[in-house]
Amino acid sequence: MALEAQAIAASDAELGVAPSSSQRGMLRRAGEVFVENRLAMVGLGFIVFIVLFCFVGPHIYVTNQVDTDLDNSLCGPSAQHLFGCNELGYDQLGRLMIGGQTSLEVGLAAALVSVVVGTLYGAISGFAGGFVDSVMMRIVDAGLSLPSLMVIMILSVIFHPTPTVIIFIIAVFYWFGVARLVRGETLALRNREYVQAVKVIGGRPLRSVLRHIVPNAIGTIIVQATFAVADSILTLSVLGFLTLGVAPPSTDWGSMLSGGLTYIQGANYWWLIYPPGVLIILTCISFNFIGDALRDAFETRLQRR
Amino acid sequence: MVGFLIRRTGQAIFVLFLVTLATLLLVHLFPGGPVRAMLGERATPSQIAYYNKLYGFDQPLYVQYLKWVNQLIHGNLGFSNHLNQSVTSLIAQCLPRTVVLVLLGTIVSLLFGIPLGVYQAVHRNSASDYALTAISFLGYSTPTFFLGIILVDWFSVDVHIFPPFAPQGTTVLSILGDPKALVLPVFTYAFLLYALWSRYMRSSVLDNLVQDYVRTARAKGASERRVIWVHVFRNSLISIVTLLGLSIPGLVGGAILIEVVFNYPGMGLAFYSAALNVDYEVLLGFTVLATVATIIGNLAADIGYAVLDPRVRY
Repeated sequence: MALEAQAIAASDAELGVAPSSSQRGMLRRAGEVFVENRLAMVGLGFIVFIVLFCFVGPHIYVTNQVDTDLDNSLCGPSAQHLFGCNELGYDQLGRLMIGGQTSLEVGLAAALVSVVVGTLYGAISGFAGGFVDSVMMRIVDAGLSLPSLMVIMILSVIFHPTPTVIIFIIAVFYWFGVARLVRGETLALRNREYVQAVKVIGGRPLRSVLRHIVPNAIGTIIVQATFAVADSILTLSVLGFLTLGVAPPSTDWGSMLSGGLTYIQGANYWWLIYPPGVLIILTCISFNFIGDALRDAFETRLQRR
Repeated sequence: MVGFLIRRTGQAIFVLFLVTLATLLLVHLFPGGPVRAMLGERATPSQIAYYNKLYGFDQPLYVQYLKWVNQLIHGNLGFSNHLNQSVTSLIAQCLPRTVVLVLLGTIVSLLFGIPLGVYQAVHRNSASDYALTAISFLGYSTPTFFLGIILVDWFSVDVHIFPPFAPQGTTVLSILGDPKALVLPVFTYAFLLYALWSRYMRSSVLDNLVQDYVRTARAKGASERRVIWVHVFRNSLISIVTLLGLSIPGLVGGAILIEVVFNYPGMGLAFYSAALNVDYEVLLGFTVLATVATIIGNLAADIGYAVLDPRVRY
């Protein structure tokens, strides 16, 4: 009995501590490879810049984004309004900042929600195996065969979303793909000795999933999360463009573009279209650079590209 | 092989069941129920009750589900009170136009994406590889509609080379008869897909280049051109087949945005106006159609994969 307890304590120590220390080693190695990738560092630098721009910027470049100012409707760039004004007289540069807050917040939150849900679902499905796995994966198949943009549009029509609701509307579709990837990873991990050992010493399945499978699939998960941020920002901008996104007075880069499109003919109101569009592209490309570099760093093999 | 076909088809049917169930549940998510969405905000409770009974929304869910599936099997996708037209006839009207757009865009993107992807893999880490990679990243990160808008701004507003609208003809022939108007929409569509194919092709060729059969081919004295274009290319192409099947939802989504930007009267534009008018019969009918197309596409891709690759035997 005592011997058994000792064995459990020993294996627990080994199982609990050993993976987490090798984990740290893996993360450090990945970090070193990542830092060497110049494109990724440029991407990271831009993300830092854009976060400062959106969240600190409004405190430095103070604009009124609440009251309309029709005297300045569509006015061009000037000393007072560096990037001009939109049709309602809102300062465009200030609007880029608060629109960016929505885009970044929704993008990050949607990515977080879908990656957490997808990871747990995929890990449980793969770990359970057999019939349970089969049914759980058919649900994922069903989700992946729904045309996501169409259903996201329908959900937006139904819920007239606030930013918080949009996070879930976007995440509802994104987690399926994550679940499939993590499940694949889990299938490879579940037969490893240290996962088998947990079962042998009587550890509950949840412990295997949370302590051993998820930490060892962390490379795939982080990479996927980075791409998810880029994709969520794009999806939000699409909804904004279709005027199905966040309701006024909130705005995001996509909604700003949609407003600018009305004035594309006739006079050249470039400041209505190019700044938000370029910011969307640069932000997404930065996240994609980072994701790509992280994947090289973790040497995970993903199907995405 | 027969066992695989049966199992795979069985899976597809189960997925169909889940998807039709999900779309039925979606109807009930509309605030105040589907009838409220149809009659509008000011419908009285008695009107709602009347129409709920008329359309059978007061019956238990499984009865509604069986009715819904029965409808679908008979090709009845519902009736749009807003357009005073059955959804099936709306589809018959719009689908050919969207198919023209999707096919042209996909073909153009494959024509560029596949050869350039192979080129990138063969010349990996060269300057041209980096340049093409940058273009693909741009494709991944550019919102479809933004690309459409700036192309219109450049080529229709600033320089009058192409019209800002897609062809407005009603028949496939009249659309194809207006190639100038097709250039911008098809290019926009193709550019975004190009990124997908070229990246995928590049990594697929890279994977194949280190396989044993490549070494064997080289050892036999096959020329480098033959190794790449006969041996590696054909094997890499197989995985594109699967990707094509998997990307149908993306193709559909892309078509919606292109049609809205270029005002092209296909399925996407009809779906968008249905969304703005809360015309739920059209919304659901189109969604079910796109989903079924995806499931069939995936099934076809899996079977095609098994046929093309003799190593895959389920």
